[in-house]
Amino acid sequence: MIVRSSQSDVFSRRKTAVILFFIIIGVIFLIRLYYIQMIDHRYKIYASSNVQRVITDYAARGLIYDRNGELLVYNEPYYDLMVIPRQVSNIDTLEFISLLGITREQFENRIQAATRYSRFKASVFERQISKDTYAYLQEKLFRFPGFYVQPRTLRKYPYAMAAHLFGYVGEAGPSVIENDPYYRPGDYIGISGIEKHYEEILRGHKGTRIVLVDALNRDIGPFQDGRYDTLAVTGTDLYTSLDYKLQLYGERLMQNKRGSIVAIEPSSGEILALITSPGYDPNLLVGRIRSQNYRNLQADTLKPLFNRALMANYPPGSVFKVANFLVGLQEGGINNHSRYSCPGFYRSGGITVRCRSHPQPVNVLSAIQYSCNTFSCIQFRNTLELPRFGSMQEALTTWRNHLMSMGFGRRFNSDLPYELSGLLGSADYYDRIYGTRGWRALTVISLAIGQGEIGTTPLQLANLAVTVANRGYYYTPHIVKAIETPDNLNPEFLERHYTTIDSVHFEIMAEAMYETVEAGTGRFSRIPDIPFGGKTGTVQNPHGENHSAFIAFAPFDNPKIAISVIVENAGGGAAWAAPISSLMIEKYLTREVKRAWFEQRILDAEF
Amino acid sequence: MGTQSDFFKKLDKTTILTYLCLVVIGWISIYAAEINDHHESIFDFSQSYGKQFVWILTAIVLGVIILSIDVKIFPTFAYLIYGVGIISLIAVLLFGTTVNASKSWFHIAGVAIQPAEFVKYATALALARIIYDNKSRVRDFKSLLKPAAIVALPVLMIFLQNDAGTALVFAAFVTVFYREGFISGWLLILGIAAVFLFVLTLLMNEFYVIGGLTALFLISTIFLRKKPSVIKQLFLVLIVINAYVYVVDYVYDEVLQPHQKMRIAVLIDENIDLRGAGYNLHQSKIAIGSGGLWGKGFLEGTQTKFSFVPEQGTDFIFCTIGEEWGFAGSFVLISLFVFLMVRIILLAERQRSVFSRIFGYSLASVLFFHFLVNIGMTIGLVPVIGIPLPFISYGGSSLWAFTIFLFTFLKLDSKRMELL
Repeated sequence: MIVRSSQSDVFSRRKTAVILFFIIIGVIFLIRLYYIQMIDHRYKIYASSNVQRVITDYAARGLIYDRNGELLVYNEPYYDLMVIPRQVSNIDTLEFISLLGITREQFENRIQAATRYSRFKASVFERQISKDTYAYLQEKLFRFPGFYVQPRTLRKYPYAMAAHLFGYVGEAGPSVIENDPYYRPGDYIGISGIEKHYEEILRGHKGTRIVLVDALNRDIGPFQDGRYDTLAVTGTDLYTSLDYKLQLYGERLMQNKRGSIVAIEPSSGEILALITSPGYDPNLLVGRIRSQNYRNLQADTLKPLFNRALMANYPPGSVFKVANFLVGLQEGGINNHSRYSCPGFYRSGGITVRCRSHPQPVNVLSAIQYSCNTFSCIQFRNTLELPRFGSMQEALTTWRNHLMSMGFGRRFNSDLPYELSGLLGSADYYDRIYGTRGWRALTVISLAIGQGEIGTTPLQLANLAVTVANRGYYYTPHIVKAIETPDNLNPEFLERHYTTIDSVHFEIMAEAMYETVEAGTGRFSRIPDIPFGGKTGTVQNPHGENHSAFIAFAPFDNPKIAISVIVENAGGGAAWAAPISSLMIEKYLTREVKRAWFEQRILDAEF
Repeated sequence: MGTQSDFFKKLDKTTILTYLCLVVIGWISIYAAEINDHHESIFDFSQSYGKQFVWILTAIVLGVIILSIDVKIFPTFAYLIYGVGIISLIAVLLFGTTVNASKSWFHIAGVAIQPAEFVKYATALALARIIYDNKSRVRDFKSLLKPAAIVALPVLMIFLQNDAGTALVFAAFVTVFYREGFISGWLLILGIAAVFLFVLTLLMNEFYVIGGLTALFLISTIFLRKKPSVIKQLFLVLIVINAYVYVVDYVYDEVLQPHQKMRIAVLIDENIDLRGAGYNLHQSKIAIGSGGLWGKGFLEGTQTKFSFVPEQGTDFIFCTIGEEWGFAGSFVLISLFVFLMVRIILLAERQRSVFSRIFGYSLASVLFFHFLVNIGMTIGLVPVIGIPLPFISYGGSSLWAFTIFLFTFLKLDSKRMELL
């Protein structure tokens, strides 16, 4: 066929067919829509029985055990009453508020707050409803569409101890939610301690379920047979290195005192007990009572939230002589045969450091045994003034590096909460204070006896005892021994850290510490049948009574425990810190304390 | 300035107004479908509704550009644009990204572009040009060869991208062949019937189809009892059709191995997962059906929120409209679409230039095909095939392509007195 011109083309009638077809399809659609929207009421019924509710199945956090498998932290179920504002309709408000024991105003406010957060997503309407309310609500809930009960768990601690170590769990804050897609509002997260450090292991994995709920607020089964559901995976259990009996005992010994105890197993770096006093009951920082209790603890003048074992920055006092002597022996400032007589003081260049009376003359061993300040000052000065060192800066840097290799002046970066580094002044630090040429060995002589510009944490001191016990190395002190099973050792802390001091020098110090306990300043704290090494310290405190300090390792051969004890404002190290150490050692090694009067004296003491 | 106001006077403002209505309805519907609690502003650019706003603004800018360029460009560069389109299809096959098993996207500077959407437009231009160039005005099967090849080439390439839904849209160009006299109405009806029966047979038990057809035949014999010869012919047709249905079903059920069936299903469209699609359809019908006469109100839909029917803002956008605005809203939307398509046909018919007319028919047909398949699937009249609802569904490529398509036609229409 031939078309002559486009205007009069013979097929133009076909436009009618096309237009008609368009219109017919449109009409068919409208008829169909009229049918499903206006006539067929099935869809409205389906829709009302097709309200999907996304329910989060919170995973129970992993349990926490002590080194012998004693349960220390577990979970207790509780229930949150949730509301989805847009699904709330036609409820008997009066009955509802009397059920929960809230006022009408509270009800309105909470609904408003929930609506502000989201009309479509669930908000917590009432936190941690009691079991009775839950049982009662469960029966009546179908009359309150939009409300449902969300089971959750809270931490529970059978022993009120080691609160700082466990840390606590709370709702994830906005910044966490912003940065980590795992967390949603209302999720729990470990905020401090083990709960924080091992959050990803402990938290497990929450699951989500989508359930269909009918118009009567009843669960009518999983959406699409659970195709989109994910199962909650319970968190992994942790085995701490704590010995809960030792921990409890330590906390008992430290009652009515301020200070700390750190006990470590030298052969692994596992913390057996870590006590900071005053402490608090970890059950206080759980659930709805947490914020109020936290405020109370924060306001407490004794600072129970402050973890002295890891954060207190005490000058170490005489216990630090052990570390100084090790440096001196290594660098050659003194040796095994050095002997000096002590006139009861060290005096040089207008500076006087007093000592007490003890047998004469002193060598390396007896200087530790009797804690001779004179010998300590001489050896410290000898070491810093060794001709090998071109300058004071070089000498001090060498000294400092040795100490840092023992764990002083820095953090261990362990799994412990809020560990501080203490203070170990560098050459630059003294240059800034005194000028580059403005200081010499005498300027910093107080460091010889662990006083002055030096700060160590009780953890660092315990680690010094560990290092002597091991004759020259340590493992990073840590609190979690194993993950999931008692045999699956925490892989983070299996590495030995050697100090820069030769082990022969440690032999000398170990011997000296043994003598200290046998016949020196610590003899009062000897344990029958358990030979051990220790060193007393009395930390001069310009603000009040001196602090009592002691480090020890026991038994002398094949040590099982290394310990540091500091009791604030208690006086001499031999009087309080040493006996406490002695009791802890006895408790740990023999599982019972036979020296009742010795124990009672400590329990009765108050500082 | 005189020419400026002249220019606007000649534009079909009714069509532009309809276009703007649809685009705004789309934007609001995307917002209603995809609003989430952390991003409640419709201008939140991290969300699809915020992005759609940007797409709409840029689309309007594109429309204005199209209106302001020389109309001669379109016929002159028709083949060039078509060529660029084909090259982009090749390029996307080689360098594109795979989304939902279809390798049909370019990701450039964070923006996903689907060339196939624009190729519909390019094909319409080339098709209009090639028929326009056929000065002999001969309309037979032989002369259909070249125009058919223009359509077939992109179809083939889009099939290779595994995007059968989009490829299917090119079937719309049959309307143009019909209007221009290349094929007869009977052939068209036969073709539609064959497709209809094919789909019906795959979706239903073949005995229902054969039974239904036989019943239809028996009913018609009552009316045609005075014309036995017609009955005889109809009987033959019935046998042929029933044989066709049986063969389609037999081949599908018996001859093909399961994995080959899957391939066919994928060939039809990878979204035709017969079980999954059935579920989606059910959800979709519940959403629309629960809307009633006036709907549940803006943002009050329960079925389209938190629903696990995928593509809430794109392919299943009509669910949100049906649920929240009810039959009244659906009526308005369908009326707007039918009005727009009919108006484009009427405008096409007033063109002096064959090029413009064919282009207009292409536009109306492609729009219609999308309308038919998209809304049809949400109300259970058409199998689930994932193609967007023009101007409404979320997506920049689709909106841009249809805007360019529509505004090119408006430009051609405004110059209808100058083009021959």
